[in-house]
Amino acid sequence: MTKAARGSLLGIEHLEAAEILGLLKLARRMNPAKPRALLKGKRVVLLFYEPSTRTRSSFEVAAKSMGAMTVLIQSSGSSIEKGESLLDTGYTLRAVGADAIVLRHPSAGAPHLMAANIDIAVINAGDGMHEHPSQALLDAYTVLRHKRSFKGLQVAIVGDIYHSRVARSACHLLSKFGARVTLCGPPEFVPEVAATLVPGIRLTRHLEEAVRGADVIMLLRVQKERLAGRKIKLEDYIARYQMTAARLKLAKRDAIVMHPGPIIRGLELTGDVADCPQSVIVQEVANGVPVRMAILARAMGKAR
Amino acid sequence: MAQNKTPSLLIRGGHIIDPASRIDGPMDLLLRDGQVAEIAPPNKIRGNAEGKFDARGLIVAPGFIDLHVHLREPGQSHKETIATGTAAAAAGGFTSVCCMPNTSPVVDSPEWVHWIRQPERGALVNVFPIAAATHHSKGAVLTDFRSLQEAGAVAVTDDGKPILDEAVMREALRTGAQLNLPVIQHAEDTRLTAHCSMNEGPTSFRLGLRGMTVAAEAEVVDRDVQLAQMTGGRFHVAHLSTAEALKPVRRGKRAKVRVTCEITPHHFTLIDENVGDYNTDFKMNPPLRSAFDREAILVALADGTVDAIATDHAPHALHEKQVEFERAPFGVTGLETALGLAITQLHRDHKLPLARIVELFTAGPARVLDLRGRGTLARGSFADVTIFDPKKRWIFDAAKSRSKSRNTPFDGWPLTGRVISTIVAGKVVHREG
Ligand SMILES: [Zn+2]
Repeated sequence: MTKAARGSLLGIEHLEAAEILGLLKLARRMNPAKPRALLKGKRVVLLFYEPSTRTRSSFEVAAKSMGAMTVLIQSSGSSIEKGESLLDTGYTLRAVGADAIVLRHPSAGAPHLMAANIDIAVINAGDGMHEHPSQALLDAYTVLRHKRSFKGLQVAIVGDIYHSRVARSACHLLSKFGARVTLCGPPEFVPEVAATLVPGIRLTRHLEEAVRGADVIMLLRVQKERLAGRKIKLEDYIARYQMTAARLKLAKRDAIVMHPGPIIRGLELTGDVADCPQSVIVQEVANGVPVRMAILARAMGKAR
Repeated sequence: MAQNKTPSLLIRGGHIIDPASRIDGPMDLLLRDGQVAEIAPPNKIRGNAEGKFDARGLIVAPGFIDLHVHLREPGQSHKETIATGTAAAAAGGFTSVCCMPNTSPVVDSPEWVHWIRQPERGALVNVFPIAAATHHSKGAVLTDFRSLQEAGAVAVTDDGKPILDEAVMREALRTGAQLNLPVIQHAEDTRLTAHCSMNEGPTSFRLGLRGMTVAAEAEVVDRDVQLAQMTGGRFHVAHLSTAEALKPVRRGKRAKVRVTCEITPHHFTLIDENVGDYNTDFKMNPPLRSAFDREAILVALADGTVDAIATDHAPHALHEKQVEFERAPFGVTGLETALGLAITQLHRDHKLPLARIVELFTAGPARVLDLRGRGTLARGSFADVTIFDPKKRWIFDAAKSRSKSRNTPFDGWPLTGRVISTIVAGKVVHREG
């Protein structure tokens, strides 16, 4: 395997803190409302092997607002359906002149395979249960709109950590900047091994313990099928882990509530928490665009 | 092979290690008519030999035996053929290989056992077919052990898949016991490993991959040791990989159950962390395990619990491995790196005596499958000899492999210990340099 092309974004784990800060700084200078033709003439392929609304549209808007042309390829209705391999699809896209590939794939490591074999920037838009780096970056961007820095920040991540690429990317990012991360959920969703991901992670089975004194509460989506598969009763999960207004009171007064979406009101959080002033869930979606503009600009060497 | 036409060969000046005969010292060796004609102290062999081999500074050992290789024929010749696989075996010092039946079709009939053994296959070393234990290796209906054995099968297994059904496994061991035919188990409770592509642990969590637990291997071994005790059958554990699975093997051996086990070079060398960021050349089944498991394996190799080193040589084409990690097939090649890894890892780094390493490649595997006249240099045994330099440093270059495939985790590895010559039935089939 060779090295990934410059500008690729495969995950947060191997990024230097300085690179992350650079991207966040660049994102602050990006304004989707004031288009700049930074990427005029560039071709960005959105290669999505999984359905996605917010990530896909966010990348698309980001690319277009910098003047790039976008091509959307989804697994249904393309040669992927006919059994073409991931690399062959990559070679084809390279040949038609793609300058960057934004890849969403159900299999962990798919972007690494692509990046190791194809000499254009590959941006991971979520790979299996592994990482979702653009989500972690937009979350970091959102946190820094409300908090001075990450240092010493108490962050609770609640829900199905095991299946979550968002959680893995968030843990890597937060630990690089000295935040104190607590993972919370039942053992089926937060196995002991989760504590080995980055140094200094704490685990707890009690939501109250995770939330008490927290600055940031990140909720994760919980899929009903997975509860069933892991033999957890839905009512029990809700009783123990749902974020309610009462539980939110245990957090710092200025704590923010985050969620990568899509949310299910009445499951991982109550409707009033989703809509409360501390909720930044809608801001996260909006912040996705400038952050992804920064990611794309960096990918195509236009990060100045 | 036309053994009687092979010229006689005198190997002199070498240091012979033949654990089966308890020989470990300077000795000369005369091969004639496909047999070991004489073994004697230096310069004591009289009479003329047609050829001479100067083995000064080298170890002369019985020909190595690999209990577990995938030669991919019939049906998967784009990965390997019997000809290319045995060429790789010869380069790795193996004079005999036992090939697994998970081909296409599965080797579950005497006809296919015969087919593998036909001279037209172009085998460079001895090939001992292992036949399927159940029809199509589906784990339900036993194959005809007797006719398979008569055709030349040396054991039965459904390798690649386990025999999960307890009644079927019990019957296999019972039938095998009557014929003195070993049953080899790929110990994996596949009900616990669906969609898993590596070992369960911090690395699988970091990579977001589903992990195989230690229990999925150990519980099958534990059950089968009990079944072997009950039936008196000969039970062999293929590619054992966990500390937990060593426990029932030790327990069985103490209780005189007929249980044996093999370890692969990749499991005594590497751990799950080495998978890095989804390198499919580090994906095999059983997967690379934790550092804890590797330590336990090193202990078991030293203390005699382990009977054999076997490569589980499993070639795959580049395009098959260059896919998403979860979709890539399991398996790595291993014939050409086995001795170098054993000497580097076990002898140099963990102080295992060379004689023990030779035993794990010769007398040990010969005992597991009862290969009479193999794995020893006693007079009258087959003239299969492996000559190696235990101090030679070299770098393994996968591009130069004799195998058809390149899926090795050891490309570019510096190794100590190299095969210098491989002799099958008195004939030199590989010569280094
Ligand atoms: Zn196997």
